[in-house]
Formats: sequence, structure tokens, C-alpha cells
Amino acid sequence: MIEVKNVDKSFDGNHVLKNVSAIFETGKTNMIIGQSGSGKTVLMKSIIGLHRIDKGRIEYDGRNLPDMQMKEIRVLRREVGMLFQGSALFDSATVLENVMYPLEMFSDASKEEMVERARFCLKHVSLAEKSFNLAPSEISGGMQKRVAIARAIALQPKYLFCDEPNSGLDPKTSLIIDQLIHEITHEFDITTIINSHDMNSVMEIGENIIFIDKGKMAWQGNKGDIFHVDNEALNGFVFASELFKQVKKANQ
Amino acid sequence: MSLLSDTGKYVLLMKRVLVAPDRWKMFFRQFPKELEKLGLQSLPIVAIISVFIGFIMTMQTKLNTSNPLLPVYTTGLVTRDTLLLEFSSTILCLILAGKVGSNIASEIGTMRITEQIDALEIMGVNSANYLILPKIIAFVLMMPFLVIFSMALGVGGGYFVGVLTDIMTTGDYLIGIQYAFIPYYVFYSLIKSMLFAFIISSVAAYYGYYSYGGALDVGKSSTNAVVNGSILILFFNILITKLMLN
Repeated sequence: MIEVKNVDKSFDGNHVLKNVSAIFETGKTNMIIGQSGSGKTVLMKSIIGLHRIDKGRIEYDGRNLPDMQMKEIRVLRREVGMLFQGSALFDSATVLENVMYPLEMFSDASKEEMVERARFCLKHVSLAEKSFNLAPSEISGGMQKRVAIARAIALQPKYLFCDEPNSGLDPKTSLIIDQLIHEITHEFDITTIINSHDMNSVMEIGENIIFIDKGKMAWQGNKGDIFHVDNEALNGFVFASELFKQVKKANQ
Repeated sequence: MSLLSDTGKYVLLMKRVLVAPDRWKMFFRQFPKELEKLGLQSLPIVAIISVFIGFIMTMQTKLNTSNPLLPVYTTGLVTRDTLLLEFSSTILCLILAGKVGSNIASEIGTMRITEQIDALEIMGVNSANYLILPKIIAFVLMMPFLVIFSMALGVGGGYFVGVLTDIMTTGDYLIGIQYAFIPYYVFYSLIKSMLFAFIISSVAAYYGYYSYGGALDVGKSSTNAVVNGSILILFFNILITKLMLN
């Protein structure tokens, strides 16, 4: 479980996060949602430790991140997997080498064991074997996301972060990636945090949703509750599209 | 202010780079690739430039020293000392600041803007050390070989142009390149070029590592790496010459 308590973060006097508190539960897909510029990316980067917060606590199962030295942060990060918006695969390596990279860096397993683990992860995300030796630039965006997920789970992380996992993907592939993240979260009992503004994803896999508005935590709940909330900012965000307005009507 | 802030950031980056790698196995996997990319792949440009500079230096020196009072070996001597003292170290490094510097800055800069460096950091890897250290060590170690290669080809180029254009005899040239030879000049040149190799690779890595934005910004980082690397080479050339030759 990751617990964020009274977090403040400013950049050059611009107060981006204002006293944000939230709980991200283990074995659930926790989603941070909000409009562009609301502070959700800053919140996620602060939780990972890419931004140093001004005030507050970020507890990874009781371990407070802001109190840690760089060495301790590095150790903690070995328990973290991350799926980046653009996949962030190493373009000088093949698909298989990308997934093997964290294993080579941090595990003492033999080469055969590492290859076996990497192949297992790639098969787990349903990637065809013929693409294992291709370069990332030779596979599609959806496949790149799968490889990035495989790399993120290679070291069996306790925490998985996904930054806009559906960015640049068609609706069908987005759904597949969402389901994959959801399955992995439950199968390996991971604390997953997804940063998204894709309402389809939220409605598909949002088990614990945190809505950020103007740097403040404005609402926390699940996808079932979202239709019955009396929060103007949240309703404005969720039901911006005609489709979701219709869905809301149907639900009422 | 910007100079102070850049210097501070550069020093802090080097503090992260110049430490023992997390995994030596990964370092030694990357190291030969960098030797090949930064060193061996620079051989063709070094060869072409050195031979042609040897040609032109011999021709120009001969043309401008056609005084009966000057000894016949002057051309060979001037060609050799110019190559040894300045061309094969300083000028060659200025050229390599363009080739190698832009290569390093654009490679690391692209990794930065495509979040590959963030991915390394999130994994708990010291990305600065992992990406930059093999480049610096490989280039610093390859540089003396490039310099010696350049010296040999430059002197050889001078010999061929002298003989082919018949502007001087083989004997005069050979006497010139051996006359009053000071081996310390070679040592000075090698030390100097290794310092320049460090400057080129570390400054380029600094600009690449702190790139932000998009492709246009990576281009700007590359340009900054080449321009500032070249200025630093010229500045340190004066400093090291004063220290080692005076």
C-alpha cells in the first residue's frame, strides 16, 4: 500500500499540489484522474520520487520516501515497475534484451534463467515469439506497450506505475492494455497506480479512483460511485463527452 | 549566472558519473561498443584530414621558406613539429568535438526526451554512471591511438606530396622530420589530447543528459555541446601548454 499524506509541491512559487492525501491500495488498480494541468502527473512523479515534495509524507508500506537517502531510494525503486507514456524502451536493444535489462542489472540469476524469465514475461503479455528479437522500432505501439509491461514486471515489483498507458493507442488496443494491467495487478498482488484521463479506462478498470482538481484531492471512490457523485468539477470532467452523458442518463 | 549554474550542474553530474559502476558486467558490455563507436569509427575522418593537412603543410611551408639562407630540412622539421605540437592533438580534437561531441549529445539527449533515462532511474540504476562513464573512458583511452595515427599519416602525407610534386627531395624531408626531435613533444601531445577527450565526452554528455523538450531541443543541445566543447579545448590548450612547455 502507498499512502500519501498532506503533500505539498510548488515550482517557482506555483503551488501545484495542495495538501493532497490519498491511499493507493494493494492488489487494486488505483487511478489518478484529472484535467490536463490539474497536477496528476506531478503527484505521480512525486510518489515515485522524481520530484522532491515540499511537505508531507509518501509511505511505501510504512517507509517514508522523503526521509530516504538516494541509496535507499535506489533500493526501493527495485521494487517498482513503471510503464511510460511513450513506452521508453531502449532502442539500441532488442525486445528480449529490453526485458532482460532489469534482471541483468539487479539479479544474480544465470543467463539461461534470465532469458527464461524474460520469455515468460513476454509470453505473459501475449507477445508473439517471432518479435522477441526485433528492435522496438520494428514493432507496433501496442506491442511496445506490452514489452514495456513485461519489462516492468520482470523483477516482480510490489508497485507498478503507469503513466497514460493508452496514449496513442486505438480503443481496442487500449482495452487490451487496460485488461492486461488489471490482470497483472490481481495476479501478482501489486499496488498499481495509473495516471490517466481516458474515461474508458477509468470505467473499465478503475477500482480506486482519485480525482485531482487544481492541485487538490477532490474526490476518492470507485467506478461504481462515479455516476452518483455531487461534485461539479468531477462531473464536468467525467461527463464531458456526449457518450458519457448518455451513460449517466441510462444509469439514472 | 548561467555559467556558474552550468558549472555547478556539470560538477554534480560528474560526481554521479565518476563512481564505480553498479555492475561491472554491464560496464564491460557497453565499453567495447563505445570503443568501436567513438574510436574506431573516427579513424576514417582522422585519416583523411591528417593526410591532407600533411600534404598542404608541406607545400605551404616549402613555398614560404624558399630562402637560400634557410636549411633544406626546414620543411620537414616545420611539418613534423606543427603536427606533433598542435594539429594532431588540438586541431584534431576540435574536429572530433564536432563528430564525437554531437554523437554523444544527440544519443543521450534522445534517450532523455524519450524517457529512457527516466526508465533507468525508476529501475534504480545510476543512469549518469551507466550511460556516460563507458563513453568517457573509451574515448579518453582511444584518443592517444588516434593522435599517433594522425601524426604518422600527417608526416607520411607530407612525404608523399614532397616526392610526388617534386618540390623537395626525399632525403631533405627525411632529415627534416628527424632533426632536433624532442620526444617530450609526443608525450605533451598525448596528455593534452587525453584531457581534450575528457572535455569533449563529458561536456557533450552533460548537454545531452540535461536536454528537454523535443527533437529541436536535442539539436540545440548538440550544437551547445560542440560549441562549448571547442571553446573549452582552446582555453585548456593555453593552460596546458603553459604548464607543460614553459
